[in-house]
Amino acid sequence: MTARIGVVTFPGSLDDRDAQRAVRLAGAEPVALWHGDADLQGVDAVVLPGGFSYGDYLRAGAIARFAPAMTSVVEQAGNGLPVLGICNGFQVLCESGLLPGALTRNQSLHFLNRDQTMRITSSSTAWTSDFAADQDVVIPIKNGEGCYVASEAVLDVLERTGRVVARYTGSNPNGSSRDIAGIANEAGNVVGFMPHPEHAVEDLTGPGTDGLAFFTSVLKSLVTA
Amino acid sequence: MPAYEVVVDVMLKPEILDPAGQAVSNALPSLGLPVATALRIGKHVELVLDAPDEAGALAQATTMAEVLLSNPVIEDFRVRLA
Repeated sequence: MTARIGVVTFPGSLDDRDAQRAVRLAGAEPVALWHGDADLQGVDAVVLPGGFSYGDYLRAGAIARFAPAMTSVVEQAGNGLPVLGICNGFQVLCESGLLPGALTRNQSLHFLNRDQTMRITSSSTAWTSDFAADQDVVIPIKNGEGCYVASEAVLDVLERTGRVVARYTGSNPNGSSRDIAGIANEAGNVVGFMPHPEHAVEDLTGPGTDGLAFFTSVLKSLVTA
Repeated sequence: MPAYEVVVDVMLKPEILDPAGQAVSNALPSLGLPVATALRIGKHVELVLDAPDEAGALAQATTMAEVLLSNPVIEDFRVRLA
């Protein structure tokens, strides 16, 4: 049976269609989910896409967190549903308390849009198991508020427990603490990732296909679950 | 119930870098204005709340600030009557 992966569209989401496409290229069936609908339609995993949900009013992700769909996502994530938050989705995951810390304004104040080198530092999450240990990849970033911050104590715990999923290599694009590009929750089913793996799934439209492994990883985790 | 004007000021915590504040601070001397020894930028929220009394209005605003208006990971807030 083909796995069904939901992609939540919020008002102001930009990359929901790209995320659906990445899901399809990975071999799963994308399911469009609507922010105002608490019914997740029995999907096997959920992607929160990039964009500017609710115009990023107040803080990025602050209002999306209260969407009916998010109430269901938070509840089912607690039961092990794999959830990937990309860029704005990462901000939503932090605001909703599924992941620790917060994303703040890039230190340069510039919105950045470029192909970025990074290292996948954990292949033990639901979304990164298809990567080799410490695999170097190139995935586009495009963010204005990608500077990950958390208390030193939280950062220490994330590192000690292997929950830093990826770090920027070369120059740190946004001032993120300890070069963090992505983190996971304790169980490894929820991952927040600032770069855009859905924009690196085809040679024609991206810098390569390094991003595809996020989506094939989750398929594998569903089969073994 | 009477209406109360309440103000919530939300500021980045002192240990969180404020790049927008830094940029504005750096712009002051370049415009020939006095140098600010410190400059932080935050959010100012004005509310009108129906409540039985001042304490009730402040309590409502505090709850709003805790749940939505601020993110406790990066921000502090202050609530006061306007």
